[in-house]
Amino acid sequence: MMTFTLWDILRNLLLAARWTVVLSLVSFVGGGLLGMALLYLRIGKARAGRIFVQGYVELFQGTPLLMQLFLAFFGLGLFGIDVPAWLAAGLALILWTAAFLVEIWRGCVESVACGQWEASASLGMGYVQQMRYVILPQAVRVAVPPTVGFSVQVVKGTALTSIIGFVELSKAGTVVTNATFEPFTVYGLVALIYFALCWPLSKSSQILERKLNVAHRDH
Amino acid sequence: MSLIAITEVKKRFGDVEVLKGINLDVERGEVVAIIGKSGSGKSTLLRCVNGLEMIDDGSIMVAGAQLINDDLHLKALRLKVGMIFQQFNLFPHLSAGRNVMLSQMVVKKTPAREAEAMARRMLERVGLGHKFDAYPDQLSGGQQQRVAIARALSMQPMALLCDEITSALDPELVNEVLAVVKELAADGMTLMMVTHEMRFAREVCDRVVFMHQGRVHEIGPPEEVFGNPRTPELRQFLGAQLVV
Repeated sequence: MMTFTLWDILRNLLLAARWTVVLSLVSFVGGGLLGMALLYLRIGKARAGRIFVQGYVELFQGTPLLMQLFLAFFGLGLFGIDVPAWLAAGLALILWTAAFLVEIWRGCVESVACGQWEASASLGMGYVQQMRYVILPQAVRVAVPPTVGFSVQVVKGTALTSIIGFVELSKAGTVVTNATFEPFTVYGLVALIYFALCWPLSKSSQILERKLNVAHRDH
Repeated sequence: MSLIAITEVKKRFGDVEVLKGINLDVERGEVVAIIGKSGSGKSTLLRCVNGLEMIDDGSIMVAGAQLINDDLHLKALRLKVGMIFQQFNLFPHLSAGRNVMLSQMVVKKTPAREAEAMARRMLERVGLGHKFDAYPDQLSGGQQQRVAIARALSMQPMALLCDEITSALDPELVNEVLAVVKELAADGMTLMMVTHEMRFAREVCDRVVFMHQGRVHEIGPPEEVFGNPRTPELRQFLGAQLVV
């Protein structure tokens, strides 16, 4: 029987962790861009846009991410579209991330006092100008910590894509376990790598929160 | 023709009719105080003149700009008439100077240098020339309100609406704001102010409007309204003010 050193195991896991990082980045950036577009509709004046985004958010927040992955992977297959695992994983995670970010950001925009809207309106500014110069600069400040905090959820969410056969960190853990029969060591390392990815994010979210609060007080 | 013409204005919030047919004309350079109990509709009336609330019936005209619910008309109206709020509503992420510059640059497309010069002049006018770079949370309430006045003035409106602008201030800060308003009045600015400062209304205003249950209940020069109230409602209101 072949033997594996700890380095063999770790090396393979780290190689797979690259895909976790890539998938996280793609989901977060893609979800962020889509989230911004949805936010524009969600807080806009058109009723249809608001209702659409509300439905979208309820759909994606109200169903498990795993189901969304299955639907993206197998569902499109039903229509004869052959979806590779990476595409299904990326697509589902982008849609899922956007659904959460749009709600986080909506809360941030609405947290800006209504007096800010009234004051800027009374000075003759239009909706877009109010948003751009008065509301969003204040909302962004509020939004940064929870947004960075949510990126942790995205990183952990990528673990589910192993189910549809996308080889990222978790899937690699399973593969390596099947070869080495050392599940505790392997999954222990997997967990440590996830932690190494997530902890700096949640820590920086905390630091940002403190920093932006201070900035708000003292500039 | 009067600068502000309010004709048969009606406004309801759901089932409650808060303005039941208001008629009021304000002449150029006139200073009008609106007094009355809370819920009498005085703040709502003021907000309608600036288009922050829409009216259900009647019409409001300010120097030829009519209150109509679309962006173009609202902007035209708001360029004629500025507003100052109880809660100051300065933009907290901008310095005092930037607060005064922003709308000039964004709405009127004034070049930054001119906008800054105007901002410095206006801040000087309210006695805060030295606070150009201070942020709102580094200023006292009275100073913030004076910056808000400078901000409104920088748009060179023909009239200013003041919605209980001293109500959120500590007592010792009220006077510095009122002094600025008094100066504006002396300079000939047209002012419509909702206020609880009866003494100020008496000293500075040309006319006092007493609102009661959504109607203009009594109107006249301050000597008359304060000295010789004709209706029991006004007498009662003034009596309650004296006790406080």
